[in-house]
Amino acid sequence: MNSFLKANAELVITLVKIVLLLFIVLTANAYLTWFERKVVAHMQSRWGPHRVGPHGLLQPLADGVKFLFKEDPTPAGVDKLVYYLAPLLALALALTSIALIPFGPEPVRLFGQDIYLGIAPPDLNIGILALFAVTALGVYGVALAGWASNSKYPLLGGLRSSAQMISYELTLTMSVVGVLLMAGSFNLKKIIEAQAHHLQWGILGWNVWPQILGFFCFFIAAVAETNRVPFDLPEAESELVAGFHTEYSSFKFAMFFIAEYTSMITVSCLCSILFFGGWLSPFPASWLFTHYLPSAILISFGLWVIWDGIRYETIFGRIILPGLGAAITALGVVFVLLPKVNEFIQGPFWLLSKILVFLFVYVWMRGTLPRFRYDQLMAFGWKLLLPLSIVNVIVTSFVILAKMQWWGAK
Amino acid sequence: MTASLAVFFALAALAVIGAVSLIVQKHPIHSALSLIVVMIALAGLYLLLGAEFVAAVQIIVYGGAIMVLFVFVIMLLNAGVEEHTSISKMAGAPGLLLVVALAGFVAATIARSTESVETTLETGEIASTLGISNMIFKEFVYPFELTSFLILVAVLGATVLAQREKS
Repeated sequence: MNSFLKANAELVITLVKIVLLLFIVLTANAYLTWFERKVVAHMQSRWGPHRVGPHGLLQPLADGVKFLFKEDPTPAGVDKLVYYLAPLLALALALTSIALIPFGPEPVRLFGQDIYLGIAPPDLNIGILALFAVTALGVYGVALAGWASNSKYPLLGGLRSSAQMISYELTLTMSVVGVLLMAGSFNLKKIIEAQAHHLQWGILGWNVWPQILGFFCFFIAAVAETNRVPFDLPEAESELVAGFHTEYSSFKFAMFFIAEYTSMITVSCLCSILFFGGWLSPFPASWLFTHYLPSAILISFGLWVIWDGIRYETIFGRIILPGLGAAITALGVVFVLLPKVNEFIQGPFWLLSKILVFLFVYVWMRGTLPRFRYDQLMAFGWKLLLPLSIVNVIVTSFVILAKMQWWGAK
Repeated sequence: MTASLAVFFALAALAVIGAVSLIVQKHPIHSALSLIVVMIALAGLYLLLGAEFVAAVQIIVYGGAIMVLFVFVIMLLNAGVEEHTSISKMAGAPGLLLVVALAGFVAATIARSTESVETTLETGEIASTLGISNMIFKEFVYPFELTSFLILVAVLGATVLAQREKS
């Protein structure tokens, strides 16, 4: 057994990583729904989920159980093969795309093996292209679901979805070209390293400043690609019942749901990596005290959870919340006590914080913006975003060329 | 049999099965899906040859963009199940002849070849992104620009045809 593990170390590590990432992503998805409902509720002066568990924290669990135990009828007249294939395709592609994201710069040395955070090898030369390839196929899940249901509203949803995807895919790809030109590579790790040339500048060295136009186009196109508000025309509930997933129930619906939230996480990862320095700290490298920021945040948040938990109205909350708070505080204390661990978690900490910010922006937009009309959507994509992203590519290439010609930069 | 050879045969089989299914399927959507399988299997073959860029572009352009358009149009026209008519005699006899000739040609080529076929991963200079862009924008820049001109003409033609009904 031991020799087998040694001989196939790479395979075993990858399998373990896949299982771990799957667990983390699915849990994160579940709590993303809680986060979304809570934030939108507070924006609309409501409480949001608060009955199931303290602060409604067990609501995702209840939802999951509900998804599993609902009746799962197959409507008459559906195209069986495609009907079952569509949610599978959507979920599989969404989960594949997140497997291509690197989550940290340095490998962990465990059992004599360098283990990188993230499933794909860190020297994947076509990193971003592979990601686009996977997300480009993601539209089939929605389009085919709409078609296979053999029903009016889903068909309209599927049609809208494919038209929207075709329109915004172009902008999505073009807006990244500027970043690729600046990094000179498709490799996600190299793209982050290219933003680390001016570590003493911190946040000012990131791609978002020279590429602000590209970021604008990329983020809007990415939101459109994930079918989120204000681009959620494929599932516009006021017009199309539930759009492409009208005829899906139970866990098949949950698969679409998970796919959508997973793509939200992927897009947030991509935004952070391409434009916001990935795992780089926003502070200048010489500010060593910022390395204690993760601990400071964790400890203060943990203490707040303990304080909040002690005066919570239910007994269950009074037990669970302080326990949770104590665990978070302990984690923060561990980081302070072990400098090596603290150094290691800096990268992942910043990347996760940026991802959280983008997820919040997603929810924020949902709480703020009304849905586009269909013709507005098309006009916006083709007449504004696409020309802007092309202008961005041209300007960026000219600036890089000028730098090479006159200032003799590499 | 090495691992890469096994992957090669798996992908090749997938491509052939997809291509046959594309013809045999009765519903246009099923045919389009089969074509997507062929495209992805081809991308896998390119990847096996070390042409990472071409593989990714194959999926993005053919799998992602063109096939989405196919599916979109099939859904928009709400095309139903096709009726399979019996093969016309005019097409049948020469077609069969062509199939036999092509199969014989391929078999003869395989039988005559003495070198082993390269199916292994080989990070070639030509297949890299840099190599491809050097070829397109230096060596073959005029054919490349001519092709883009041709595509532009096609786009303009499509726009004119679409506009005609309005006026």
